[in-house]
Amino acid sequence: MAHAEVHDHNTPLEYQSETGRLNILGFWVFLGAEIALFSTLFATYLVLMYRTGDGPTPHELFELKGVLIETFLLLTSSFTCGIAIHEMRRRNRKGLFIWMIITLALGAGFLGYEIYEFVTYVHEGAAIGTSAFWSGFFVIVGTHGLHVTMGIAWITLILIQVARRGLTPQTSAKVFISSLYWHFLDVVWIFIFTAVYLTGMVLHNG
Amino acid sequence: MANPQDSLSREHGGIPWKHVIGYILSIILTALALWVTFETGFSTRTILIIIFIFAFLQAALQLLMFMHMTESSEKKSKLTGNTQTGNILFAAFVAIVIVAGSVWVMGAGHGKHDHHKMDSKMEDMKMDGDMKMEHK
Repeated sequence: MAHAEVHDHNTPLEYQSETGRLNILGFWVFLGAEIALFSTLFATYLVLMYRTGDGPTPHELFELKGVLIETFLLLTSSFTCGIAIHEMRRRNRKGLFIWMIITLALGAGFLGYEIYEFVTYVHEGAAIGTSAFWSGFFVIVGTHGLHVTMGIAWITLILIQVARRGLTPQTSAKVFISSLYWHFLDVVWIFIFTAVYLTGMVLHNG
Repeated sequence: MANPQDSLSREHGGIPWKHVIGYILSIILTALALWVTFETGFSTRTILIIIFIFAFLQAALQLLMFMHMTESSEKKSKLTGNTQTGNILFAAFVAIVIVAGSVWVMGAGHGKHDHHKMDSKMEDMKMDGDMKMEHK
């Protein structure tokens, strides 16, 4: 940081280094690719909507209450993650830690519920190999769940780095990028909630 | 203090209203989607159109209110904000083409018995083929 870059005191730390700025822009490009990745999984799920074969239908197994709890946990975690970034921009490291740890706890709660949901389905006779429909279901929801798992691990490691090195232009760019990733997981979940669960229940009802 | 028109400095206030409003609107949109799906008795097609509009609105809320998509890293230039927004809009376009295109081409999702119709059509075609074979 010995460069002659002059910054207004109000410029957020994550935008103060050239690397930070480029990494944030690059991460948005990565998120565009993630949208394309998830769109192929949504296409597969929707195309295979009625291919339940001899297995159970989603109408028989989907339970609204569990899905709503998962939705609420992830949406709230996205909100608390936003607050954490707000605190970081106020240079409040303690606030950043408190809200990020709440975010991770809510994310872990979401993951726990999802694992419980998967185990329940398998016990009721719907595993990944039961029918084309359930393959599509477990792949899309599982891919999202894997992203949440990676997000929790990644943010935990970044928080450890912030605890050791403090809030610098380097560490805060990392925190900001991981927050983009976490919000993006909620964006994907909005579409899973709508296209996988609500659509599945509507189409198999009629 | 900072110039209130500067989007990068607005974050310095005490209560992050942008986030609070985004969160409340997200909850309202989720509740409305549930209500439309289970309580209104609209046709399946109408329900699907409405809940997907709600999903896109809620995604836009996340991108704009929580993720600061339009925010640029340089104060004097809108370049990075515009690049980010353009990139995500293009990705959304690709996603819609992939999903709507696949569903349309594969013929599922239009009605519950579509695939039965397709099966019987295929059977007809097979029978036609058999008959032609016999003629030869």
